[in-house]
Amino acid sequence: MTQDKIINESGIEVKALYTQEDVDASGGIEMVGLPGEYPFTRGIHKEMYRKRPWTMRQYTGFANAKDTNERFHYLIENGQTGLNVAFDLPTQTGLDTDDPMAEGEVGRVGMAVDTLRDFEIAFDGIDLEKITVSLTINGSAAILIAMYLAMAEKRGYDVAKLRGTAQNDILKEFIGRGTWIFPVEPSIKLVGDTIEYCAKNAPKYSPVSVCGYHIRESGATPEQEMAYAFCIAKAYADDMLKRGLHIDEFAGRLSYNFNIFGNIFEQVAKFRAGRGLWAKIIKEDYGAKDPKSMWLRMIAAGGGGGLTIEQPENNIVRGAYYALISALSGAQTMALCCFDEAYTIPSEYAQRISLRTMQLLIEEMGLCETVDPLAGSYYVETMTNEMRKKMEETMAEVEAEGGIVKMVSEGTIQSKVSAQAFEMQKNLQSGAFPKVGVNCYKIDQEENEVEFHPYDTKDADQQIENLNAVKAERSQTEVDRTLAMVKAAAEADDNVMPAIVEAVKAYATVGEITKKLVEVYGYYQEPIRF
Amino acid sequence: MTKNKIRVLVGKPGLDGHDHGAKVVVRALMDAGFEVIYTGLRKTPRQIAEAAANENVDVIGLSSMAGSHIPFCEKLKPLLKEYGLEDKLWIIGGNVPVKDHDVLQKIGIDAIFPTGSHFEDIIDYIKNRYRQLA
Repeated sequence: MTQDKIINESGIEVKALYTQEDVDASGGIEMVGLPGEYPFTRGIHKEMYRKRPWTMRQYTGFANAKDTNERFHYLIENGQTGLNVAFDLPTQTGLDTDDPMAEGEVGRVGMAVDTLRDFEIAFDGIDLEKITVSLTINGSAAILIAMYLAMAEKRGYDVAKLRGTAQNDILKEFIGRGTWIFPVEPSIKLVGDTIEYCAKNAPKYSPVSVCGYHIRESGATPEQEMAYAFCIAKAYADDMLKRGLHIDEFAGRLSYNFNIFGNIFEQVAKFRAGRGLWAKIIKEDYGAKDPKSMWLRMIAAGGGGGLTIEQPENNIVRGAYYALISALSGAQTMALCCFDEAYTIPSEYAQRISLRTMQLLIEEMGLCETVDPLAGSYYVETMTNEMRKKMEETMAEVEAEGGIVKMVSEGTIQSKVSAQAFEMQKNLQSGAFPKVGVNCYKIDQEENEVEFHPYDTKDADQQIENLNAVKAERSQTEVDRTLAMVKAAAEADDNVMPAIVEAVKAYATVGEITKKLVEVYGYYQEPIRF
Repeated sequence: MTKNKIRVLVGKPGLDGHDHGAKVVVRALMDAGFEVIYTGLRKTPRQIAEAAANENVDVIGLSSMAGSHIPFCEKLKPLLKEYGLEDKLWIIGGNVPVKDHDVLQKIGIDAIFPTGSHFEDIIDYIKNRYRQLA
C-alpha cells in the first residue's frame, strides 16, 4: 500500500527513506552523545540493561490487604522484581471504607486501605530492600506515603535508606484519571510537602512520578504527553525552589511514567528526545550540577489506550510489541497492561503472560545486550530530533497560555485533549485510523473467553469489620491529638507531612486525615468546558 | 423534526475518574444537535437525579468504567421515581460487560452502549426513541 503522505500521531511527516542528509537537516547528532553522559539521549546509565535489566512491576491490588499480599507473593515467586500497588477508589479519593460514598466501590479496582494496619498486612513477608514498591496513589498520596514510611520504620527498616516510589502527580489527575480531592493550589502544595519531607527524611525515596501516561490516555499525542509532563514537573520543581531548596536537593528523586502504545519508532524517538530535553532543561534552566538531577528516570509501561475489548487475545501480541518499545527506549521500569484488562482486574494467568513477555525479551531476544540499539539509524535519529523540537514548541505554547497550572485550573488543557480524543474516536469509527479487530479484520461473533475477577460485597463488609477492630484498639486521645496537629499544620501553611506521619502511626484513618485537610483546603470544583 | 432540541444529561456516577469516554460522547451528542449537560466526575445518585430534574432532560445517560454500575443504578432507580423522571430515557455506556446486561435491564435501563459502540448507534437510538415517546 502506498500513500502520498504519512503523518505520525505527533504531527511529523514520515518519509519513505531516511539518509544522513535527513539527520543533518534535522539538527545532526549534537544531542546524541553517549549513554551515561549528558544529555543522556542514549540512556541515563553507561551500561544500561547489561548491568541490570529493567524492573518488572505489574500493577496489582484488589479487595483487601490479605488477598493483595497473596498476589504480591505470587508475582515475586514468578520473577517479578518490584511491586506496583493498585488502590480502590475510596482510598484514592480519601474516603474510608464505611463512608456512604464508598458503598459499592470498596476493594473493587484495587486494595482498600483505611489504616496503617492494612499496609502492615499487605507488605507482610516482603523484603522492602530487595523489592521496591510503587504506590499508585495521588489525591491521598501524602497520607499513603506517610503510611508506607511508618510501616517500614515499624518493621525495622532505616527510612533514610528506603527506596520506593509514589505516583503522587496531582496535576495530571485534573487532566485525566480524576482522583483529585483538594483544589489545584493546595494540591500542588501537598505534592511539594512530600518532596520536601522526603528530601530531608527519606532521600532515596521517589515521592513523585510525573505522568504523561494518563494525559496520553485522555487524548494527547505522544509529543504532547511528554511536553505536558515536563511542564507539570517544572511546576513542582518551581514550588521547591520557592521553598528555598536547590534543584540538586530533589531533582534526582523525581521520576516519570510514560505510555508505550502507538508507532514503534515514534515512541522510541519520543523517549530518546525526552531524555535529552529534560536533561537540558534541568541543567540549563535550573542550573543543576549533579548529573543525577538531569536523569529522566522512567517507567515506560502500560499501553492500556492501545488495547482493545475486541478480540482480547490480540492484546497479548500488542503487549509484546509495547514491551519491545519500552526495552528499546531504555526504561528503568516496565509493566504491561494485561490482555484482559479492558474487561476486568487481570487474572493470575494474564499477569503471568505479561511477566513472561518481559522475561522473554530479557532472556531470549537479546534486548539487554547492547545499549540503545537503534542509535545511528537515520530514521530514529531524525525522528528524535524532530520529536524534541515538537516538544519544545508545545512547552512554549503552554508558557504562552499562562503555564500549565493556569491551564489546568481553567480546564483549557482538559478541553484540548478531549477534543483530540473525540477526533481520534471519529477516525477509529470511520476506519481512517486503522485498529485491528476494531475497524478492520473484525470477526462477526466475538468469542469472549475472558474470566472475570469476582467482586464480593462480603469483602467490603469484612473491611469495615477490620476498620472497626482497629478503631476499638487504638488510642482515641492519640488520634485526636495527631489529627489536630494535621489541621494546625495545614492552617499555618507548614509542611503537613510530619503531622500526617504521626497521625498514621496513631492509626488515624485515610478518611479522618483527609477530612482535616478538607476543613482547611476545601474540595476541588471541576471546570466543565467543551 | 422536533421544534426543541433533545436534552441529554451525561453523568459520571460514583468515584470512577475515567472521563475520556464520557467527554467524547458529550462532544458527539453536541455535534448531533442535542443539548448536552455534563455533570462532571464523582456524582451521587441523588446529584444525578437532581441534575436531571433541574435541567429538565429527556435522556439520562451514565458513563461507568470502574465496575460499580449495578449498585449505582439500583440506588438511582427509586430516586428517578422520587424526582418524577421515570418516563425519561435511561441509558448507560462504558465498561459494562454482557453478563450484567440482564440485571441492568431488569433495573430499568433502556439501552446499554458498551465500549466500542459507535456514535451513530447512540445518536440514532436516542432520536428514534424520542420520536416514539413524543
